[in-house]
Amino acid sequence: MKILVCISKAPDTTSKIAFTNNNSAFDENGVQYIVNPYDEWYALVRALEIKETSGANVTIITVGTAADEAIMRKALAIGADEAVRVDAEPTDAFMVASEISNYAKTQGFDLVLTGKETINFNGAQLGGMIAEGLNSPYISIASKLDVTGTMLTLEREITGGVEVVEVSLPAVVSCAKGMAEQRIPNMRGIMAARTKPLHVLAPTVTEALTSYVTFASTPAKSGVKLIDPNNMDELVSLLHNEAKVI
Amino acid sequence: MKNLVYINGNGHLNKAAFEVVTYAKKLGGEVTVLASGKMDSSLLSSLGAYGATEVVINRGITGNDDQQIAAWIATKTTGVDNIVFSHDFQGKAIAPRLSVRLKAGLIAGAVSLPEADGSVKVNVFSGKAFGFVKAHSAQRIISLLPNSIAPEESGTSCPVAEITEEMGAPTVRVLSVKKPEGAIPLPEAEMVVSAGRGLKGPEHWGMIESLANSLGAATACSRPVADIGWRPHHEHVGQTGVAIRPNLYIAVGISGAIQHLAGVNGSKVIVVVNTDAEAPFFKAADYGVVGDAFEVIPKLTEAIHKFKAAQ
Ligand SMILES: Cc1cc2nc3c(=O)[nH]c(=O)nc-3n(C[C@H](O)[C@H](O)[C@H](O)COP(=O)(O)OP(=O)(O)OC[C@H]3O[C@@H](n4cnc5c(N)ncnc54)[C@H](O)[C@@H]3O)c2cc1C
Ligand SMILES: Nc1ncnc2c1ncn2[C@@H]1O[C@H](COP(=O)(O)O)[C@@H](O)[C@H]1O
Repeated sequence: MKILVCISKAPDTTSKIAFTNNNSAFDENGVQYIVNPYDEWYALVRALEIKETSGANVTIITVGTAADEAIMRKALAIGADEAVRVDAEPTDAFMVASEISNYAKTQGFDLVLTGKETINFNGAQLGGMIAEGLNSPYISIASKLDVTGTMLTLEREITGGVEVVEVSLPAVVSCAKGMAEQRIPNMRGIMAARTKPLHVLAPTVTEALTSYVTFASTPAKSGVKLIDPNNMDELVSLLHNEAKVI
Repeated sequence: MKNLVYINGNGHLNKAAFEVVTYAKKLGGEVTVLASGKMDSSLLSSLGAYGATEVVINRGITGNDDQQIAAWIATKTTGVDNIVFSHDFQGKAIAPRLSVRLKAGLIAGAVSLPEADGSVKVNVFSGKAFGFVKAHSAQRIISLLPNSIAPEESGTSCPVAEITEEMGAPTVRVLSVKKPEGAIPLPEAEMVVSAGRGLKGPEHWGMIESLANSLGAATACSRPVADIGWRPHHEHVGQTGVAIRPNLYIAVGISGAIQHLAGVNGSKVIVVVNTDAEAPFFKAADYGVVGDAFEVIPKLTEAIHKFKAAQ
Protein backbone atom coordinates (compact mmCIF):
# COMPACT_ATOMS: atom_id res chain seq x y z
CA MET A 1 0.00 0.00 0.00
CA LYS A 2 1.28 3.47 -0.90
CA ILE A 3 0.23 6.45 1.19
CA LEU A 4 0.89 10.11 0.39
CA VAL A 5 0.64 12.62 3.26
CA CYS A 6 0.42 16.34 2.41
CA ILE A 7 2.48 18.38 4.84
CA SER A 8 2.22 22.13 5.22
CA LYS A 9 4.10 24.53 7.43
CA ALA A 10 2.24 26.75 9.89
CA PRO A 11 3.44 29.46 12.22
CA ASP A 12 3.91 28.27 15.80
CA THR A 13 0.72 29.20 17.66
CA THR A 14 2.50 31.68 19.90
CA SER A 15 3.79 33.63 16.86
CA LYS A 16 2.88 37.26 16.55
CA ILE A 17 0.50 37.69 13.63
CA ALA A 18 1.56 40.83 11.76
CA PHE A 19 1.67 41.93 8.14
CA THR A 20 4.19 43.73 6.01
CA ASN A 21 4.51 45.37 2.55
CA ASN A 22 1.48 47.56 3.02
CA ASN A 23 -0.38 44.71 4.72
CA SER A 24 -0.11 42.58 1.60
CA ALA A 25 2.00 39.78 3.08
CA PHE A 26 2.41 37.87 6.34
CA ASP A 27 5.36 39.21 8.33
CA GLU A 28 7.66 36.21 8.79
CA ASN A 29 10.08 38.18 10.92
CA GLY A 30 10.86 36.12 14.03
CA VAL A 31 8.23 33.53 13.15
CA GLN A 32 8.98 29.94 14.04
CA TYR A 33 7.39 27.41 11.67
CA ILE A 34 6.00 24.06 12.78
CA VAL A 35 4.31 21.23 10.90
CA ASN A 36 0.62 22.14 10.62
CA PRO A 37 -0.83 20.23 13.63
CA TYR A 38 -3.59 18.43 11.66
CA ASP A 39 -1.05 17.17 9.13
CA GLU A 40 1.39 15.96 11.76
CA TRP A 41 -0.75 14.68 14.64
CA TYR A 42 -3.52 13.09 12.64
CA ALA A 43 -2.67 12.48 8.97
CA LEU A 44 0.97 11.50 9.34
CA VAL A 45 0.66 9.50 12.56
CA ARG A 46 -2.36 7.56 11.26
CA ALA A 47 -0.43 6.74 8.08
CA LEU A 48 2.43 5.43 10.21
CA GLU A 49 0.06 3.32 12.31
CA ILE A 50 -1.31 1.75 9.12
CA LYS A 51 2.25 1.09 8.01
CA GLU A 52 3.02 -0.59 11.34
CA THR A 53 -0.06 -2.82 11.35
CA SER A 54 -0.51 -3.72 7.69
CA GLY A 55 2.61 -2.55 5.92
CA ALA A 56 2.76 0.58 3.75
CA ASN A 57 5.14 3.04 2.22
CA VAL A 58 4.57 6.56 3.53
CA THR A 59 5.68 9.48 1.35
CA ILE A 60 5.23 13.09 2.44
CA ILE A 61 4.84 15.96 0.01
CA THR A 62 5.21 19.70 0.51
CA VAL A 63 4.82 22.44 -2.05
CA GLY A 64 7.28 25.04 -0.83
CA THR A 65 10.76 26.49 -0.81
CA ALA A 66 14.03 25.06 0.52
CA ALA A 67 13.30 26.69 3.90
CA ASP A 68 10.46 24.19 4.36
CA GLU A 69 12.88 21.27 4.46
CA ALA A 70 13.21 21.75 8.23
CA ILE A 71 9.59 20.80 8.86
CA MET A 72 9.85 18.02 6.25
CA ARG A 73 12.80 16.51 8.15
CA LYS A 74 10.65 16.56 11.28
CA ALA A 75 7.99 14.52 9.47
CA LEU A 76 10.69 12.10 8.34
CA ALA A 77 11.96 11.87 11.92
CA ILE A 78 8.48 10.93 13.11
CA GLY A 79 8.64 8.06 10.66
CA ALA A 80 7.76 8.85 7.02
CA ASP A 81 9.85 6.85 4.53
CA GLU A 82 10.59 9.51 1.95
CA ALA A 83 9.81 13.10 1.09
CA VAL A 84 8.99 15.07 -2.02
CA ARG A 85 9.24 18.83 -2.26
CA VAL A 86 7.75 20.64 -5.22
CA ASP A 87 10.03 23.62 -5.46
CA ALA A 88 7.63 26.57 -5.64
CA GLU A 89 6.28 29.29 -3.41
CA PRO A 90 2.61 28.36 -2.81
CA THR A 91 0.36 31.00 -4.37
CA ASP A 92 -3.11 29.60 -3.77
CA ALA A 93 -4.87 26.36 -2.92
CA PHE A 94 -5.59 25.56 -6.58
CA MET A 95 -1.93 25.85 -7.52
CA VAL A 96 -0.78 23.70 -4.58
CA ALA A 97 -3.49 21.08 -5.21
CA SER A 98 -2.64 20.92 -8.92
CA GLU A 99 1.03 20.30 -8.13
CA ILE A 100 0.14 17.55 -5.67
CA SER A 101 -2.40 15.82 -7.91
CA ASN A 102 -0.08 16.03 -10.92
CA TYR A 103 2.62 14.30 -8.89
CA ALA A 104 0.24 11.76 -7.34
CA LYS A 105 -1.15 10.79 -10.77
CA THR A 106 2.23 9.51 -11.84
CA GLN A 107 2.80 7.43 -8.68
CA GLY A 108 -0.38 5.40 -8.11
CA PHE A 109 -0.99 6.14 -4.43
CA ASP A 110 -3.75 4.13 -2.74
CA LEU A 111 -4.45 6.76 -0.14
CA VAL A 112 -3.79 10.52 -0.05
CA LEU A 113 -4.12 12.21 3.37
CA THR A 114 -4.29 15.92 4.15
CA GLY A 115 -4.95 17.81 7.37
CA LYS A 116 -8.44 19.19 7.98
CA GLU A 117 -7.14 22.68 7.29
CA THR A 118 -4.04 24.77 7.76
CA ILE A 119 -4.14 26.85 10.92
CA ASN A 120 -2.90 29.95 9.09
CA PHE A 121 -5.22 30.08 6.08
CA ASN A 122 -8.03 27.83 7.34
CA GLY A 123 -9.20 27.17 3.82
CA ALA A 124 -9.92 23.44 4.07
CA GLN A 125 -9.68 23.42 0.28
CA LEU A 126 -6.75 21.20 -0.64
CA GLY A 127 -8.26 17.76 -0.05
CA GLY A 128 -11.31 18.28 -2.25
CA MET A 129 -9.20 19.88 -4.97
CA ILE A 130 -6.71 16.99 -5.00
CA ALA A 131 -9.59 14.48 -5.06
CA GLU A 132 -11.10 16.22 -8.07
CA GLY A 133 -7.72 16.31 -9.81
CA LEU A 134 -7.34 12.56 -9.24
CA ASN A 135 -11.02 11.84 -9.91
CA SER A 136 -11.10 10.03 -6.54
CA PRO A 137 -13.67 9.89 -3.79
CA TYR A 138 -13.04 12.31 -0.91
CA ILE A 139 -13.90 11.95 2.74
CA SER A 140 -13.57 15.28 4.51
CA ILE A 141 -12.98 15.95 8.20
CA ALA A 142 -12.51 12.32 9.16
CA SER A 143 -11.94 11.50 12.83
CA LYS A 144 -11.42 7.74 12.40
CA LEU A 145 -9.90 5.71 9.57
CA ASP A 146 -9.50 1.95 9.30
CA VAL A 147 -8.20 -0.06 6.36
CA THR A 148 -9.34 -3.60 5.56
CA GLY A 149 -7.83 -4.85 2.32
CA THR A 150 -8.85 -2.29 -0.29
CA MET A 151 -11.73 -0.87 1.79
CA LEU A 152 -11.68 2.12 4.10
CA THR A 153 -14.12 2.59 6.96
CA LEU A 154 -14.25 6.13 8.30
CA GLU A 155 -16.08 8.40 10.68
CA ARG A 156 -16.52 11.91 9.48
CA GLU A 157 -18.03 15.09 10.81
CA ILE A 158 -21.36 16.22 9.37
CA THR A 159 -23.53 19.09 10.62
CA GLY A 160 -24.72 18.03 14.05
CA GLY A 161 -23.27 14.54 14.09
CA VAL A 162 -20.94 11.92 12.75
CA GLU A 163 -21.39 9.74 9.68
CA VAL A 164 -19.84 6.27 9.43
CA VAL A 165 -18.91 5.66 5.80
CA GLU A 166 -17.19 3.10 3.64
CA VAL A 167 -15.26 3.64 0.43
CA SER A 168 -12.89 1.62 -1.69
CA LEU A 169 -9.34 2.72 -2.45
CA PRO A 170 -7.93 4.82 -3.97
CA ALA A 171 -9.32 7.73 -1.96
CA VAL A 172 -8.43 11.14 -0.52
CA VAL A 173 -9.13 11.87 3.17
CA SER A 174 -8.77 15.04 5.25
CA CYS A 175 -7.86 14.26 8.85
CA ALA A 176 -9.10 15.78 12.10
CA LYS A 177 -8.85 15.17 15.80
CA GLY A 178 -9.58 11.65 17.01
CA MET A 179 -7.73 9.88 14.22
CA ALA A 180 -4.44 9.42 16.08
CA GLU A 181 -2.29 10.84 18.87
CA GLN A 182 0.69 13.14 18.54
CA ARG A 183 4.10 11.40 18.47
CA ILE A 184 7.34 12.97 19.59
CA PRO A 185 10.28 12.00 17.35
CA ASN A 186 13.06 10.12 19.17
CA MET A 187 16.82 10.44 18.68
CA ARG A 188 16.96 7.42 16.37
CA GLY A 189 14.23 8.86 14.19
CA ILE A 190 15.99 12.22 14.03
CA MET A 191 19.28 10.55 13.01
CA ALA A 192 17.54 8.36 10.41
CA ALA A 193 15.71 11.37 8.94
CA ARG A 194 19.02 12.91 7.87
CA THR A 195 19.66 10.16 5.35
CA LYS A 196 16.11 9.50 4.15
CA PRO A 197 15.48 10.55 0.54
CA LEU A 198 14.12 14.06 -0.03
CA HIS A 199 13.38 14.54 -3.72
CA VAL A 200 13.06 18.04 -5.12
CA LEU A 201 10.81 18.38 -8.17
CA ALA A 202 10.33 21.31 -10.52
CA PRO A 203 6.81 22.76 -10.50
CA THR A 204 4.45 21.84 -13.34
CA VAL A 205 1.88 24.63 -12.98
CA THR A 206 2.09 28.28 -12.10
CA GLU A 207 -1.50 29.29 -12.46
CA ALA A 208 -3.35 30.59 -9.39
CA LEU A 209 -7.08 31.30 -9.37
CA THR A 210 -7.11 33.59 -6.34
CA SER A 211 -4.84 35.95 -4.43
CA TYR A 212 -4.79 37.88 -1.19
CA VAL A 213 -5.06 41.60 -1.82
CA THR A 214 -4.54 42.71 1.78
CA PHE A 215 -4.65 41.52 5.36
CA ALA A 216 -5.97 43.23 8.48
CA SER A 217 -5.59 42.34 12.12
CA THR A 218 -8.76 41.63 14.03
CA PRO A 219 -9.69 44.79 15.95
CA ALA A 220 -8.67 44.47 19.60
CA LYS A 221 -11.41 44.36 22.21
CA SER A 222 -11.91 47.79 23.73
CA GLY A 223 -11.42 46.42 27.22
CA VAL A 224 -13.36 44.17 29.51
CA LYS A 225 -16.23 45.51 31.60
CA LEU A 226 -16.07 43.89 35.03
CA ILE A 227 -19.28 42.96 36.82
CA ASP A 228 -19.74 42.35 40.52
CA PRO A 229 -20.13 38.57 41.07
CA ASN A 230 -23.08 39.30 43.35
CA ASN A 231 -24.92 41.27 40.68
CA MET A 232 -25.76 38.88 37.88
CA ASP A 233 -28.91 40.87 37.12
CA GLU A 234 -26.62 43.62 35.87
CA LEU A 235 -24.79 41.21 33.56
CA VAL A 236 -28.08 39.97 32.14
CA SER A 237 -29.27 43.52 31.65
CA LEU A 238 -26.02 44.47 29.84
CA LEU A 239 -26.28 41.42 27.60
CA HIS A 240 -29.81 42.42 26.73
CA ASN A 241 -29.64 46.22 26.47
CA GLU A 242 -26.03 46.95 25.55
CA ALA A 243 -24.69 43.87 23.75
CA LYS A 244 -28.14 42.92 22.44
CA VAL A 245 -27.31 39.23 22.33
CA ILE A 246 -30.12 37.92 24.56
CA MET B 1 -25.79 38.87 -12.54
CA LYS B 2 -26.61 35.19 -12.05
CA ASN B 3 -25.97 33.44 -8.77
CA LEU B 4 -26.20 29.78 -7.79
CA VAL B 5 -26.52 28.53 -4.24
CA TYR B 6 -26.24 24.94 -3.09
CA ILE B 7 -28.08 23.71 -0.02
CA ASN B 8 -28.52 20.26 1.46
CA GLY B 9 -32.09 19.12 0.81
CA ASN B 10 -32.15 16.52 3.55
CA GLY B 11 -33.39 16.98 7.10
CA HIS B 12 -34.65 20.46 7.83
CA LEU B 13 -33.94 23.90 6.36
CA ASN B 14 -31.29 25.25 8.69
CA LYS B 15 -29.99 28.71 9.39
CA ALA B 16 -27.00 28.14 7.11
CA ALA B 17 -29.43 27.77 4.17
CA PHE B 18 -31.09 31.12 4.96
CA GLU B 19 -27.67 32.73 5.29
CA VAL B 20 -26.37 31.58 1.92
CA VAL B 21 -29.56 32.56 0.10
CA THR B 22 -29.55 35.99 1.77
CA TYR B 23 -25.89 36.40 0.83
CA ALA B 24 -26.48 35.47 -2.82
CA LYS B 25 -29.45 37.84 -2.98
CA LYS B 26 -27.24 40.66 -1.72
CA LEU B 27 -24.68 39.95 -4.44
CA GLY B 28 -27.43 41.20 -6.79
CA GLY B 29 -29.36 39.59 -9.63
CA GLU B 30 -31.04 36.20 -9.90
CA VAL B 31 -30.59 33.50 -7.30
CA THR B 32 -31.11 29.87 -8.29
CA VAL B 33 -30.96 27.44 -5.39
CA LEU B 34 -29.78 23.92 -6.22
CA ALA B 35 -30.67 21.25 -3.70
CA SER B 36 -30.38 17.52 -3.56
CA GLY B 37 -32.28 15.22 -1.24
CA LYS B 38 -35.74 14.36 -0.08
CA MET B 39 -36.96 17.70 1.28
CA ASP B 40 -40.56 18.72 0.64
CA SER B 41 -41.07 21.26 -2.16
CA SER B 42 -43.33 23.40 0.01
CA LEU B 43 -40.49 23.88 2.49
CA LEU B 44 -38.00 24.75 -0.24
CA SER B 45 -40.36 27.30 -1.75
CA SER B 46 -40.07 29.34 1.47
CA LEU B 47 -36.48 30.18 0.41
CA GLY B 48 -38.13 32.71 -1.91
CA ALA B 49 -38.66 34.86 1.15
CA TYR B 50 -34.87 35.15 1.57
CA GLY B 51 -34.32 36.07 -2.08
CA ALA B 52 -34.35 32.85 -4.10
CA THR B 53 -35.71 33.30 -7.63
CA GLU B 54 -36.23 29.56 -8.05
CA VAL B 55 -35.26 26.28 -6.44
CA VAL B 56 -34.24 23.18 -8.39
CA ILE B 57 -34.13 19.96 -6.40
CA ASN B 58 -32.57 16.82 -7.81
CA ARG B 59 -34.35 13.76 -6.40
CA GLY B 60 -31.79 11.55 -8.13
CA ILE B 61 -29.16 12.39 -5.47
CA THR B 62 -30.14 11.39 -1.94
CA GLY B 63 -26.88 11.18 0.00
CA ASN B 64 -23.98 13.52 0.77
CA ASP B 65 -21.64 12.28 -1.98
CA ASP B 66 -19.64 15.37 -2.92
CA GLN B 67 -18.40 13.85 -6.17
CA GLN B 68 -21.95 13.33 -7.45
CA ILE B 69 -23.18 16.69 -6.20
CA ALA B 70 -20.23 18.62 -7.67
CA ALA B 71 -20.68 16.85 -11.03
CA TRP B 72 -24.38 17.77 -11.04
CA ILE B 73 -23.86 21.41 -10.03
CA ALA B 74 -21.23 21.78 -12.76
CA THR B 75 -23.92 21.07 -15.39
CA LYS B 76 -25.90 24.12 -14.19
CA THR B 77 -23.19 26.77 -14.26
CA THR B 78 -23.40 28.19 -17.78
CA GLY B 79 -23.60 31.97 -17.54
CA VAL B 80 -23.40 31.91 -13.75
CA ASP B 81 -21.24 34.56 -12.01
CA ASN B 82 -21.16 33.41 -8.39
CA ILE B 83 -21.70 30.03 -6.75
CA VAL B 84 -22.31 30.22 -3.01
CA PHE B 85 -21.95 27.46 -0.40
CA SER B 86 -22.01 27.37 3.36
CA HIS B 87 -18.49 26.70 4.68
CA ASP B 88 -19.79 23.57 6.43
CA PHE B 89 -18.82 19.92 5.93
CA GLN B 90 -20.47 19.87 2.49
CA GLY B 91 -19.26 23.23 1.28
CA LYS B 92 -15.74 22.26 2.32
CA ALA B 93 -15.97 19.16 0.11
CA ILE B 94 -18.04 20.27 -2.89
CA ALA B 95 -16.72 23.81 -3.42
CA PRO B 96 -13.05 22.77 -3.88
CA ARG B 97 -14.07 20.09 -6.38
CA LEU B 98 -16.14 22.56 -8.34
CA SER B 99 -13.28 25.06 -8.30
CA VAL B 100 -11.02 22.54 -10.06
CA ARG B 101 -13.75 21.40 -12.47
CA LEU B 102 -14.71 24.94 -13.54
CA LYS B 103 -11.30 26.54 -12.98
CA ALA B 104 -13.19 29.08 -10.89
CA GLY B 105 -11.45 30.77 -7.96
CA LEU B 106 -12.69 29.61 -4.55
CA ILE B 107 -12.96 32.13 -1.74
CA ALA B 108 -13.16 29.88 1.31
CA GLY B 109 -14.48 31.06 4.66
CA ALA B 110 -15.97 34.40 3.56
CA VAL B 111 -17.29 36.55 6.41
CA SER B 112 -18.87 39.42 4.49
CA LEU B 113 -20.09 40.68 1.13
CA PRO B 114 -17.51 41.68 -1.53
CA GLU B 115 -15.71 45.01 -1.10
CA ALA B 116 -15.80 47.72 -3.77
CA ASP B 117 -12.62 46.30 -5.36
CA GLY B 118 -14.23 42.87 -5.71
CA SER B 119 -12.20 41.25 -2.95
CA VAL B 120 -13.95 39.28 -0.23
CA LYS B 121 -13.07 39.30 3.47
CA VAL B 122 -12.16 35.90 4.89
CA ASN B 123 -11.12 34.62 8.29
CA VAL B 124 -7.41 33.72 8.51
CA PHE B 125 -4.92 32.75 11.23
CA SER B 126 -7.68 31.04 13.19
CA GLY B 127 -9.57 34.25 13.79
CA LYS B 128 -6.53 36.39 14.59
CA ALA B 129 -6.72 38.32 11.32
CA PHE B 130 -8.73 38.90 8.17
CA GLY B 131 -7.60 38.52 4.60
CA PHE B 132 -9.14 40.04 1.50
CA VAL B 133 -9.18 37.56 -1.39
CA LYS B 134 -9.81 38.19 -5.05
CA ALA B 135 -10.71 35.56 -7.64
CA HIS B 136 -9.04 36.02 -11.04
CA SER B 137 -11.49 33.83 -12.91
CA ALA B 138 -14.72 35.00 -14.56
CA GLN B 139 -16.74 32.72 -12.29
CA ARG B 140 -16.29 32.89 -8.56
CA ILE B 141 -17.11 30.37 -5.82
CA ILE B 142 -17.68 31.65 -2.29
CA SER B 143 -18.10 29.51 0.81
CA LEU B 144 -19.64 31.53 3.62
CA LEU B 145 -18.59 30.98 7.23
CA PRO B 146 -21.69 30.18 9.36
CA ASN B 147 -23.00 33.05 11.53
CA SER B 148 -21.37 35.70 9.33
CA ILE B 149 -24.44 37.46 8.02
CA ALA B 150 -27.96 37.68 9.38
CA PRO B 151 -30.67 36.01 7.27
CA GLU B 152 -33.13 38.60 5.91
CA GLU B 153 -36.69 37.86 4.92
CA SER B 154 -38.16 40.20 2.35
CA GLY B 155 -40.01 38.50 -0.52
CA THR B 156 -42.49 35.67 -0.77
CA SER B 157 -42.25 32.06 -1.81
CA CYS B 158 -40.66 30.98 -5.10
CA PRO B 159 -41.25 28.21 -7.64
CA VAL B 160 -39.63 24.82 -7.06
CA ALA B 161 -38.69 22.50 -9.93
CA GLU B 162 -38.36 18.83 -9.03
CA ILE B 163 -36.08 16.93 -11.34
CA THR B 164 -34.50 13.49 -11.31
CA GLU B 165 -31.03 13.35 -12.78
CA GLU B 166 -29.22 10.17 -11.87
CA MET B 167 -25.52 10.70 -11.23
CA GLY B 168 -24.54 7.02 -10.92
CA ALA B 169 -23.89 5.12 -7.71
CA PRO B 170 -22.27 7.13 -4.90
CA THR B 171 -18.64 6.16 -4.28
CA VAL B 172 -18.93 6.84 -0.55
CA ARG B 173 -21.46 4.51 1.14
CA VAL B 174 -23.03 5.69 4.39
CA LEU B 175 -23.21 2.87 6.95
CA SER B 176 -24.76 4.81 9.84
CA VAL B 177 -25.20 8.27 11.31
CA LYS B 178 -24.62 9.15 14.96
CA LYS B 179 -26.26 12.29 16.26
CA PRO B 180 -26.06 13.41 19.84
CA GLU B 181 -29.68 13.45 21.07
CA GLY B 182 -31.30 16.85 21.25
CA ALA B 183 -28.01 18.73 21.32
CA ILE B 184 -27.57 21.94 19.31
CA PRO B 185 -24.73 21.47 16.81
CA LEU B 186 -21.86 23.67 17.97
CA PRO B 187 -20.90 25.32 14.65
CA GLU B 188 -24.50 26.53 14.21
CA ALA B 189 -25.19 27.60 17.78
CA GLU B 190 -25.89 31.28 18.38
CA MET B 191 -25.01 30.98 22.03
CA VAL B 192 -22.44 28.72 23.63
CA VAL B 193 -21.65 28.07 27.29
CA SER B 194 -18.22 26.54 27.70
CA ALA B 195 -16.23 25.35 30.69
CA GLY B 196 -12.68 24.32 31.46
CA ARG B 197 -10.48 22.66 34.01
CA GLY B 198 -11.57 25.25 36.58
CA LEU B 199 -14.69 23.13 37.11
CA LYS B 200 -12.57 20.46 38.82
CA GLY B 201 -14.57 17.41 37.63
CA PRO B 202 -17.27 16.10 35.29
CA GLU B 203 -19.80 15.92 38.14
CA HIS B 204 -19.97 19.73 38.12
CA TRP B 205 -21.26 20.11 34.57
CA GLY B 206 -24.89 20.09 35.73
CA MET B 207 -24.71 23.82 36.45
CA ILE B 208 -23.18 24.49 33.02
CA GLU B 209 -26.01 22.56 31.37
CA SER B 210 -28.60 24.43 33.44
CA LEU B 211 -27.12 27.76 32.36
CA ALA B 212 -27.03 26.61 28.72
CA ASN B 213 -30.64 25.42 28.93
CA SER B 214 -31.79 28.71 30.42
CA LEU B 215 -30.41 30.48 27.33
CA GLY B 216 -31.08 27.80 24.71
CA ALA B 217 -27.30 27.60 24.22
CA ALA B 218 -25.03 24.74 23.17
CA THR B 219 -22.31 23.49 25.52
CA ALA B 220 -18.58 23.32 24.78
CA CYS B 221 -15.33 22.76 26.66
CA SER B 222 -11.59 23.37 26.60
CA ARG B 223 -9.25 20.73 25.22
CA PRO B 224 -7.88 19.25 28.46
CA VAL B 225 -11.44 18.67 29.61
CA ALA B 226 -12.18 16.57 26.50
CA ASP B 227 -8.78 14.87 26.72
CA ILE B 228 -9.30 13.73 30.34
CA GLY B 229 -12.73 12.49 29.30
CA TRP B 230 -14.87 14.82 31.41
CA ARG B 231 -16.77 15.83 28.27
CA PRO B 232 -17.24 14.31 24.79
CA HIS B 233 -14.65 15.18 22.15
CA HIS B 234 -17.12 16.91 19.85
CA GLU B 235 -17.48 19.67 22.48
CA HIS B 236 -13.79 20.62 22.34
CA VAL B 237 -13.38 24.09 20.87
CA GLY B 238 -10.17 25.83 19.87
CA GLN B 239 -7.43 25.61 17.37
CA THR B 240 -7.40 21.82 17.30
CA GLY B 241 -11.12 21.40 17.96
CA VAL B 242 -14.21 23.05 16.58
CA ALA B 243 -14.01 26.72 15.58
CA ILE B 244 -17.15 28.63 16.51
CA ARG B 245 -18.42 32.18 16.12
CA PRO B 246 -21.64 32.50 18.12
CA ASN B 247 -23.23 35.78 19.13
CA LEU B 248 -22.54 35.00 22.77
CA TYR B 249 -19.73 32.87 24.24
CA ILE B 250 -19.66 32.35 28.00
CA ALA B 251 -16.36 30.85 29.20
CA VAL B 252 -16.30 29.44 32.73
CA GLY B 253 -13.09 28.31 34.43
CA ILE B 254 -11.08 28.54 31.21
CA SER B 255 -7.74 30.35 31.35
CA GLY B 256 -7.88 31.67 27.77
CA ALA B 257 -4.76 30.07 26.28
CA ILE B 258 -4.00 31.29 22.78
CA GLN B 259 -4.94 27.92 21.28
CA HIS B 260 -8.33 28.08 22.94
CA LEU B 261 -8.90 31.67 21.81
CA ALA B 262 -8.06 30.70 18.24
CA GLY B 263 -11.32 28.76 18.03
CA VAL B 264 -13.61 31.22 19.80
CA ASN B 265 -12.40 34.76 19.24
CA GLY B 266 -14.75 35.18 16.29
CA SER B 267 -17.61 35.28 18.84
CA LYS B 268 -19.42 38.62 18.85
CA VAL B 269 -19.64 38.95 22.64
CA ILE B 270 -17.48 37.07 25.14
CA VAL B 271 -18.26 36.73 28.86
CA VAL B 272 -15.55 35.29 31.10
CA VAL B 273 -16.04 33.88 34.60
CA ASN B 274 -12.77 33.11 36.38
CA THR B 275 -11.45 33.28 39.96
CA ASP B 276 -8.14 34.67 38.72
CA ALA B 277 -8.32 38.33 37.74
CA GLU B 278 -5.05 37.83 35.83
CA ALA B 279 -6.41 35.05 33.60
CA PRO B 280 -5.49 35.92 29.99
CA PHE B 281 -9.08 35.34 28.85
CA PHE B 282 -10.14 38.68 30.38
CA LYS B 283 -8.09 40.49 27.72
CA ALA B 284 -10.27 38.93 25.01
CA ALA B 285 -13.54 39.42 26.89
CA ASP B 286 -16.30 42.01 26.65
CA TYR B 287 -17.73 41.27 30.09
CA GLY B 288 -15.87 39.68 32.96
CA VAL B 289 -16.82 38.31 36.35
CA VAL B 290 -13.94 37.71 38.73
CA GLY B 291 -15.41 35.07 40.99
CA ASP B 292 -15.95 31.45 41.83
CA ALA B 293 -17.95 29.63 39.15
CA PHE B 294 -19.65 27.52 41.79
CA GLU B 295 -21.26 30.66 43.20
CA VAL B 296 -21.54 32.81 40.07
CA ILE B 297 -23.08 30.31 37.63
CA PRO B 298 -26.16 29.38 39.70
CA LYS B 299 -26.75 33.12 40.29
CA LEU B 300 -26.41 33.89 36.60
CA THR B 301 -28.80 31.07 35.68
CA GLU B 302 -31.32 32.41 38.17
CA ALA B 303 -30.96 35.95 36.80
CA ILE B 304 -31.60 34.66 33.27
CA HIS B 305 -34.72 32.77 34.37
CA LYS B 306 -35.95 35.95 36.03
CA PHE B 307 -35.24 37.96 32.88
CA LYS B 308 -36.98 35.42 30.62
CA ALA B 309 -40.03 35.30 32.91
CA ALA B 310 -40.30 39.11 32.73
CA GLN B 311 -40.09 39.20 28.92
C1 LIG C 1 -0.65 22.93 19.74
C2 LIG C 1 -1.68 23.08 20.83
C3 LIG C 1 -3.03 23.09 20.48
C4 LIG C 1 -4.01 23.28 21.47
N1 LIG C 1 -5.32 23.33 21.09
C5 LIG C 1 -6.25 23.64 22.03
C6 LIG C 1 -7.62 23.80 21.68
O1 LIG C 1 -8.02 23.60 20.51
N2 LIG C 1 -8.52 24.14 22.64
C7 LIG C 1 -8.15 24.34 23.94
O2 LIG C 1 -9.02 24.67 24.77
N3 LIG C 1 -6.86 24.19 24.31
C8 LIG C 1 -5.92 23.83 23.39
N4 LIG C 1 -4.62 23.66 23.79
C9 LIG C 1 -4.32 23.70 25.23
C10 LIG C 1 -4.19 25.12 25.77
O3 LIG C 1 -2.87 25.58 25.58
C11 LIG C 1 -4.51 25.17 27.27
O4 LIG C 1 -3.67 24.25 27.95
C12 LIG C 1 -5.96 24.83 27.59
O5 LIG C 1 -6.84 25.60 26.81
C13 LIG C 1 -6.22 25.09 29.07
O6 LIG C 1 -7.50 24.61 29.41
P1 LIG C 1 -8.29 25.26 30.63
O7 LIG C 1 -8.39 26.72 30.44
O8 LIG C 1 -9.57 24.49 30.74
O9 LIG C 1 -7.41 24.87 31.89
P2 LIG C 1 -6.41 25.74 32.78
O10 LIG C 1 -5.38 26.42 31.97
O11 LIG C 1 -5.97 24.83 33.87
O12 LIG C 1 -7.31 26.89 33.37
C14 LIG C 1 -8.28 26.70 34.34
C15 LIG C 1 -8.82 28.08 34.71
O13 LIG C 1 -9.90 27.95 35.63
C16 LIG C 1 -9.80 28.97 36.60
N5 LIG C 1 -10.52 28.49 37.81
C17 LIG C 1 -10.10 27.60 38.74
N6 LIG C 1 -11.07 27.41 39.66
C18 LIG C 1 -12.11 28.17 39.30
C19 LIG C 1 -13.39 28.41 39.85
N7 LIG C 1 -13.82 27.79 40.97
N8 LIG C 1 -14.21 29.28 39.24
C20 LIG C 1 -13.82 29.94 38.11
N9 LIG C 1 -12.61 29.74 37.53
C21 LIG C 1 -11.77 28.88 38.13
C22 LIG C 1 -8.32 29.17 36.80
O14 LIG C 1 -8.06 30.48 37.32
C23 LIG C 1 -7.78 28.99 35.39
O15 LIG C 1 -7.75 30.23 34.68
C24 LIG C 1 -3.63 23.44 22.84
C25 LIG C 1 -2.27 23.40 23.17
C26 LIG C 1 -1.30 23.23 22.19
C27 LIG C 1 0.14 23.21 22.60
N1 LIG D 1 2.04 23.96 0.57
C1 LIG D 1 1.50 22.77 0.87
N2 LIG D 1 2.16 21.62 0.59
C2 LIG D 1 1.61 20.41 0.90
N3 LIG D 1 0.44 20.25 1.49
C3 LIG D 1 -0.27 21.36 1.80
C4 LIG D 1 0.22 22.67 1.51
N4 LIG D 1 -0.71 23.56 1.94
C5 LIG D 1 -1.72 22.84 2.47
N5 LIG D 1 -1.46 21.51 2.39
C6 LIG D 1 -2.31 20.39 2.87
O1 LIG D 1 -3.68 20.72 2.69
C7 LIG D 1 -4.39 20.73 3.92
C8 LIG D 1 -5.48 21.77 3.90
O2 LIG D 1 -4.94 23.05 3.67
P1 LIG D 1 -5.84 24.35 3.40
O3 LIG D 1 -6.75 24.00 2.27
O4 LIG D 1 -4.87 25.41 3.09
O5 LIG D 1 -6.61 24.62 4.68
C9 LIG D 1 -3.29 20.91 4.96
O6 LIG D 1 -3.70 20.43 6.22
C10 LIG D 1 -2.15 20.13 4.35
O7 LIG D 1 -2.30 18.73 4.58
